[in-house]
Amino acid sequence: MKLFRRHSFSHGVHPPAHKDGTAQIPVRRLPFPPRLVLPLGQHIGAPAKSLVKKGEEVVRGQPLAAADGAVSVPLHAPATGRVRNLESVLTSRGSREPAIILDVYEASTQEVLWRESRDLENLNPEALLQAIQDTGLVGLGGAAFPSHIKLRIPDDKEVDTLIINGCECEPYLTCDHRIMLEYPDDLITGIRLAMRASGTSKAVIGIEDNKMDAVRLLQEKLAGTDNIRAQAVETKYPQGSEKMLIKSLLGREVPAGGIPADIGVVVNNVGTLAALGRLLPRGEGLIERVITVTGPGIKRQGNYLVPLGTPIGFILEQAGYSGGPNEFILGGPMMGPAVSSLDTPITKGTSGLLVLNEPQVREESRPRWACIKCGRCVSACPMHLNPAWLGQLAAAGEYAQMAEAANLNHCFECGCCSYVCPSNIPLVQYFRMAKAINREKAA
Amino acid sequence: MSIELRTTPHLHTPDNVIIIMRNVVLALLPVCAWSVWQFGLSALALILTTLASCMLTERMLGKSNTLGDWSAAITGILLALTLPPAFPLWMAAVAGFVAMALGKLLFGGLGMNVFNPALVGRAFVQAAFPVAITTWTPALFDGRFSQFIPTSFTMPFTIPPAVAEWNSQVAVDGFTGATPLGLHKFEGVSTSVLDLFLGNAAGSAGETSALIILLGGLYLAARKFLDWRIPLFVLLGAGLTAALFHFIDPQQYPSAPFMLFSGGLMLGAWFMATDMVGSPVTPWGVVVYGLLIGVLTIIIRLFGGLSEGVMYAILLGNAATPLIEQFTQPRVFGEKRS
Repeated sequence: MKLFRRHSFSHGVHPPAHKDGTAQIPVRRLPFPPRLVLPLGQHIGAPAKSLVKKGEEVVRGQPLAAADGAVSVPLHAPATGRVRNLESVLTSRGSREPAIILDVYEASTQEVLWRESRDLENLNPEALLQAIQDTGLVGLGGAAFPSHIKLRIPDDKEVDTLIINGCECEPYLTCDHRIMLEYPDDLITGIRLAMRASGTSKAVIGIEDNKMDAVRLLQEKLAGTDNIRAQAVETKYPQGSEKMLIKSLLGREVPAGGIPADIGVVVNNVGTLAALGRLLPRGEGLIERVITVTGPGIKRQGNYLVPLGTPIGFILEQAGYSGGPNEFILGGPMMGPAVSSLDTPITKGTSGLLVLNEPQVREESRPRWACIKCGRCVSACPMHLNPAWLGQLAAAGEYAQMAEAANLNHCFECGCCSYVCPSNIPLVQYFRMAKAINREKAA
Repeated sequence: MSIELRTTPHLHTPDNVIIIMRNVVLALLPVCAWSVWQFGLSALALILTTLASCMLTERMLGKSNTLGDWSAAITGILLALTLPPAFPLWMAAVAGFVAMALGKLLFGGLGMNVFNPALVGRAFVQAAFPVAITTWTPALFDGRFSQFIPTSFTMPFTIPPAVAEWNSQVAVDGFTGATPLGLHKFEGVSTSVLDLFLGNAAGSAGETSALIILLGGLYLAARKFLDWRIPLFVLLGAGLTAALFHFIDPQQYPSAPFMLFSGGLMLGAWFMATDMVGSPVTPWGVVVYGLLIGVLTIIIRLFGGLSEGVMYAILLGNAATPLIEQFTQPRVFGEKRS
């Protein structure tokens, strides 16, 4: 296929990795916080329907809320305790959403006390997908798209390859790296289950070549398996974007406006499939996840296994945060949202908690100039759009034109254009606003 | 504890407009130094005059104080480097004013100009003072650090003194002061390519040494402060066109190396065609734009009335940029090539 070139895509950027602080530290468990905040809509799709009442006692692992329809997943109790309340809370999306507030029993041993065992060997794909939905699993890389929907291939499409995304191209984050190193067997089990559920015959794990230890470990584990392989790809942002990774590994391009299944591919994150391989054989639900806690000012940086619903303020306390005014980001620095409250909980799609106070990101040190048409954004955009032109249209308020002529809707907001802009123009922010305005007009 | 909220991405490259512009100025300093070494006090005065004129114009007519972005300084320096070293200083000041006022500020300032401001200034004086802008003086004459070339201090609105006599007094080896391109076009005399490359020739204040321009340009390209594809395709376009005509008639048309290293082509290719504002942002647009400028330069040089064509070629390239961009929009990821 590509003999002389590194497996990669064209364009993209090379931000500093900042992964050294956490990449070598094994995953540790944090203590349970006294209170968990569990939004019912931690995934894309309809929020789950609560099954519990105020004051009710629940055990760790028990379903708290049921899936509301096909594009929805249930929510399980991350800890043994008592339902304190059902109220609306501020989430990382910036909106208020209904949530279950759980008081954690301090004296509890916090064993998982609820299971739904299945005979996995004899399940047909349909039943397997149902079982996956029952675990409450969603894409743990950040998108939080329900896994059973992602693995369900539409009837009119045919897929041959499952791609497992172990790129972790966002700077600072190392949780997927640690998962590949520490839970390779769970990951491989999960891959086999996902292949069965999606009906794919081949699987490729794509890993950025700054994690060669993970590539080698998985290659060792997969020696003798000929339908699953691990492949190093170039370390470049946004390598971990679905479309870019498919291009890098298989040389196929997802058609503009299409989905990976259009070209016979289905993509899942390594963290998601490692969780699948762990949860499904045990019949458990998704109640905790690994997150990277890092950034200047954090004393004990590392990767932590935390119960869903843990408020970030509690994590900062446990990790020994002692900084002053700062920015708190859920996920990576390129696409992760900054949060306005330390009560914001960790949800299924949160891959990291990053504290940033670098002078270079400060507004006052980043004066803005007019676009000098240097073209760096054009050379950076992985979708091959023309952000300079889009920016000009946005400044002129030509939002409809942006969508019709300049392909605004192909932008997935990776942030490469804003990252490289020497005039410090917040291009991605313009594009987000333009999309929102266009959506409003259409509605 | 106060919490800051910013939009993604939270990381940015440290590069900004000031850093880019400052580095362009830095890369131009050796060119200025060579110019002063070759032409002495007059070249120094010329550079300082256009610099002051451009910066004053920007400060007086600009909406806010934008001198800090260094772009006015670049225009000032570039303008001086394109003018004859003995160009009367008052005319240089006019060129600087026109460059900034008509070339840049009228369009809305930084980033809004269609044409390279320095070349707008030069085109204006080319039309206004046709004699002065084609009056050349020899390089490396004795006493260049103790006296000015007589034309430098011409009284405003008077005709500059003729320098032919002065030229013959100071010139070594009967040097007439004509540029290599002019010599070839009008007198059929050729200059050695090595002399052209090293800068051992007469010409505009900053165009003589291809080597020093190349070093500055390569520095900027290595640090990604200019798009290396532009000079590459300008020179490729010019080189191929020149080679074609030289192949057809070696007697009449000079060789490609002579064309590449003579006149303002090097300076234009590396420092003026690459002006970000006036050049396309699309990958293929850059190729078309570069080739267009290269080919036009040679066509104007060989078949136009003037001996030099770089300035008009770049201005035409600037004018064609919006059109070029329209036809070279990148193919969106996932879309079939049509």
